[in-house]
Amino acid sequence: MSQPERKGGGALEVKFVPDEEVLKHIADDAGIKVRKDKTQLAVHVKRFVKKLETISDDETQEFLEEKNYVAALGICAQDSMGNGSSVGGGEVYSFQTPKRSNKMAELASELAQTPGQSVAPDHSKCPEKTAKTPQSSSIYATSSDAFFVCLLQSKKNDFVSTTPYRLRKRLTAPDAHLESESEYSASCSEEDEDEEAQKEVSTVLSSQKTPAKTKVAGTPPSRKKITKKKEDKMSNLVEEYFEAHSSSKVLTSDRTLQKLRKRRLNQQTLHDLLKKSPLAYAAEIKELNQQYESLFSKWMLQLHLGFNIVLYGLGSKHDLLEKFRTSMLQDSVHLVVNGYFPSITVRSILNSITEEVLDHIGTFRSPLDQLEFIMKRFKEDSSLELYVLIHNLDSQMLRGERSQQILAQLSSLPSVYLIASIDHINAPLMWDQAKQSLYNWLWYETTTFSPYVEETSYENSLLVQQSGSLALSSLTHVLRSLTLNARGIFRLLAQYQLENKDNPSYPGLSFQDFYQQCREAFLVNSDLTLRAQLTEFRDHKLIRTKRGADGVEYLLIPVDDSTLTDFLEKEDEDV
Amino acid sequence: ADYFREGSNDSEDSELRFATCQSLWKQVKLETEQIEEELNKQLFDNLVSFLRRSHSEFQEKTTEWTRRMKSREIPTAALVLGVNVTDHDLTFRSLSEVLQNNVTPYVALLQAKDCPGIKNLMQKLLGQLMNCSVDVDSSEEEDYVEVSQNRIRCSMTSLISWYESVTKKTDSETPSKKRTSRHWQSPPVVVIFKDMESFTTKVLQDFIVISSQHICELPLVLIFGIATSPMIIHSLLPHSVSSMLCIELFQSLSCKEHLSTIIDKVLLTTQFPLKLSEKVLQVLINIFLYHDFSVQNFIKGFQLCIVEHFYSQPLSVLCCQLKEAKKRINSLSHNQCENIRRLPSFRRYVERQISEKQIALLTTDNFLKEIVQKLLEDLNVYHENYFPVLRCLHVFTCSLPKYPLGKQIRELHCACLENRVWETEEYESFLQLARMLNKSDLVTMLQKCVEILVSSPGKEFDKIVEKLKEFLTQFQKLEEACQERDESVSSQKELQKKTDLYHLQKTLLELKESRRSKKLTKFEMLRFEVVDYIDSLVRNYLVPADHKTLHEIVYFSTASVLREHLNAAPRIALHTALNNPYSYLKSQALKSDGGSISNKAPDICIVYKLHLECGRLINLVDWLEAFSTVVMAVEGPNADAASSDQVDDIIHARFIRAVSELELLGFIKPSKQKTDHVARLTWGGC
Repeated sequence: MSQPERKGGGALEVKFVPDEEVLKHIADDAGIKVRKDKTQLAVHVKRFVKKLETISDDETQEFLEEKNYVAALGICAQDSMGNGSSVGGGEVYSFQTPKRSNKMAELASELAQTPGQSVAPDHSKCPEKTAKTPQSSSIYATSSDAFFVCLLQSKKNDFVSTTPYRLRKRLTAPDAHLESESEYSASCSEEDEDEEAQKEVSTVLSSQKTPAKTKVAGTPPSRKKITKKKEDKMSNLVEEYFEAHSSSKVLTSDRTLQKLRKRRLNQQTLHDLLKKSPLAYAAEIKELNQQYESLFSKWMLQLHLGFNIVLYGLGSKHDLLEKFRTSMLQDSVHLVVNGYFPSITVRSILNSITEEVLDHIGTFRSPLDQLEFIMKRFKEDSSLELYVLIHNLDSQMLRGERSQQILAQLSSLPSVYLIASIDHINAPLMWDQAKQSLYNWLWYETTTFSPYVEETSYENSLLVQQSGSLALSSLTHVLRSLTLNARGIFRLLAQYQLENKDNPSYPGLSFQDFYQQCREAFLVNSDLTLRAQLTEFRDHKLIRTKRGADGVEYLLIPVDDSTLTDFLEKEDEDV
Repeated sequence: ADYFREGSNDSEDSELRFATCQSLWKQVKLETEQIEEELNKQLFDNLVSFLRRSHSEFQEKTTEWTRRMKSREIPTAALVLGVNVTDHDLTFRSLSEVLQNNVTPYVALLQAKDCPGIKNLMQKLLGQLMNCSVDVDSSEEEDYVEVSQNRIRCSMTSLISWYESVTKKTDSETPSKKRTSRHWQSPPVVVIFKDMESFTTKVLQDFIVISSQHICELPLVLIFGIATSPMIIHSLLPHSVSSMLCIELFQSLSCKEHLSTIIDKVLLTTQFPLKLSEKVLQVLINIFLYHDFSVQNFIKGFQLCIVEHFYSQPLSVLCCQLKEAKKRINSLSHNQCENIRRLPSFRRYVERQISEKQIALLTTDNFLKEIVQKLLEDLNVYHENYFPVLRCLHVFTCSLPKYPLGKQIRELHCACLENRVWETEEYESFLQLARMLNKSDLVTMLQKCVEILVSSPGKEFDKIVEKLKEFLTQFQKLEEACQERDESVSSQKELQKKTDLYHLQKTLLELKESRRSKKLTKFEMLRFEVVDYIDSLVRNYLVPADHKTLHEIVYFSTASVLREHLNAAPRIALHTALNNPYSYLKSQALKSDGGSISNKAPDICIVYKLHLECGRLINLVDWLEAFSTVVMAVEGPNADAASSDQVDDIIHARFIRAVSELELLGFIKPSKQKTDHVARLTWGGC
């Protein structure tokens, strides 16, 4: 049952709903009937196949072209170094194929070789727009869905209704605790619902099979039902309009990390946890590294011959460069630049050259002047040699045009030897022809597979609770120093913000409303006192104000909701 | 040099090798610089004469000049240099050198990146000019250094007053010194804009307007370096500004011609012992043609070839001039002899010998050395013959329609190196086309060939030259014969005129018949002979180099190394590492067939693979769950319930690490469109 089923798209789109699993389950439960169903499906499966063919034709075309180019470049099959370099561009840069648009979860389960685990809902989307008439596609979609529904109905007697929507409702009722009653982005209703219906069918079926699998529990908010009802009543015309104009809509589930009930890890615990887990393939990685280490003396030779060396490839090259430094550069003047460090600037690099290497005290008006000075000094004194090691030449702070220009000019000095590493996939785009010739790179592939421990530790990752603990402690500290009334004011604001946390377009509490509330709670007696209090908050960066479109002042606490909840809980304990 | 020794896996003669490498590179560098100088000479001469012309008017204050002064026109040279921006620097440097040596000490080179505003431009200009004057008259050094350091007013007026003081001083103080120097009297101030296109329009406009106001007092000449087309001047500058310029256009040599000269002079000679194999040359040429058009990069690539060859091939110690090589052969160590025996081409050679000789070659070092000497000599002779014959062949091929063997000599060279050229289809079509050449072309070609062969040092060419000359004389004779025959034909025609229609028809039929039956004229016979002779030459002398014994010593052939280092593909490397970790980590657990990836792959590979299935936005929760599904399956059932919480945390942490690594690599970025979503940045995401 590997036939992918095409499902109804919006006005101009055809979406691939990867519901093999649905089919799988149906096959298990109602095998015979699905076979019947196949004949009906055949019509649009055929169409689908046709479309696939055109796509793949285009792709092969593209691939061929690329191949020509690649061949022209001399990347031929006869290369002895088959190590990755012989991969043609077509393979790498192939565009999203229909195969790709299968869902992540499916791949995951496939990888895990435990079929039937529909842990993650589908969020696949095929970016290719087709020239199909929206009318026909939607008809096909609905008919097929309806067919599915009927099929299920005949199987399961407790399903009475015929519309997918009702079906969904029926289904959600018994499985209300099931986590994956995914709340889809409500941008397009009809197909979302269809999808949900199918989704739910699948989850129902899967949960029947493996009922113990529902790990995460969540309660469907009642709000959702109301909106759904409303949507249901909406006329088709309106829907089509919005569908046609929501080309940027994305179908992903609305689940958030907070619902996961998993505490966010902070940097320290993350670090500790990662230390506990052993590094996979340590032996192989070590072998790779040894291979690269044998190149060290070659690098030195080439650096001395006027080339500069850039390392690329997956995996942190920090340790490799560090080893290079300790083994080759012990007796020579060298400068290590940690490009990944968030506050590194070209200026600081130049400063450390002038101050540490050239022993020059004094400031410069601009980096260009400084560069000129350095170049002059190096040209005058031919005995002066400097090795510059830059980890992550492509980091946020150094990737700017001006900084690259300066570094390139620096590296073009014959007695400055630069060895750098790049990681970003688009890093080579930093350099135009002129810069590249200044750098005079020799590229070395050093794929190490070692984790980017240092490099990512400064990054503000989404998943890592970077400033959470800090914000909480600062909140409590500041608040403790304030009067009781002031604390009350802040609490009011915090509570109001938490009440509105589900509203994505919550602008903040308007000043007038806030004043009203504060008065009611006997916290302030005039708006002047409130204003004075707010100024104090603002000075401590506890709140932020912004003006809305109507000129009204809105107040916000720039802290994420979980921290705020924690804070309120703590406050409650204290009181 | 120490690094050279340490690094090479075979430390035989490493110092000697390094020395040879360095000296060879120096020679090549010198040669290429000379070539460039020669090529630029014409251009520079033109520029200098242009300066002289515009300047003499300033000095003599002719009517022409006064007329121009009224309209305040600045003499301007527009230098069209082509798109190979990287080469321009060198050109400008030598240009300013030439100008400073011959024309004027006052040359300022301006770059767009130094001049974001008119103020910076003036500052830079004054700084450079005043430093120049220091070079000329060192006695006045302090005076000017002070000025340039203070930079109190960087205005045109200060520039003019400076100029006046300088010219006056040199005139009054040391007239004798001035006479001896090559500079002209009251030299012009030349301002060179290196990259005219990247200057902001406003800066350029302002500068031109300001300086045109002062052109009477200051003999200013502008030189624009242009990479695209001269039209850019008019599109950059409005008419009111461009009318202040009196532009003369200069075209520099195209980079392609430059390259072919370099190839001609460096690679297609016996002067430099190191040769490039077909694939290496192809890589270098392709980088040039498809990527940058930069001759400098080509030379850099050649430098890398030299270094790599001497670094990796222990026998490259013999890669020098023949005389020197013979000396070095005698002092080869036993290990090196073994190295020679290991060469595939040498093995093939040994296999062709009779058995006693085989044994002697494989066991006796001294005998081996003798033979190697002879073989190297052979190789040298082969090269001496190869290049002239190649040029001769090129004379023939380059004028044929459709260029069956390539228009450029480098294409022909590649074709000859690749395999036996006479076995290719293109060569067949070349022969066919050559058999249809007309006489005058053929004669001029033969003459050219004779010239080439005579000027070449090869010893065996005397006979060939003889033969070709013989052909030429035969052609000459034919010509005479033809003339005679022409006369007879014309008389015949006269006869025909008088005959009636029936007779005419008959004679025509006869003529047709005779043309069909008469196989070949004398000329055609001769032409066939010539083509066959050329063919035999090709078969004799243009044997591909890798059929020659010991070609490994002088040919650098590892094209992959070169491409890897010069034209790397970091994205492909990343892609392979993520998709197919087995290609790097040789662990059996990772081995998989096709495009699928094993679930035991490193975390980042799994996470990457999962994210490929998503659209524009990725829900982190789904992603995490999918990831943990995969990882849990690997851990297996032994992860019991008690420690599951612990495991979960570790998986979570691993996931976080992998995701932030992907972020670092630029595959995703945090998105604010939806909570806990990241946006995909690659391949279909937008």
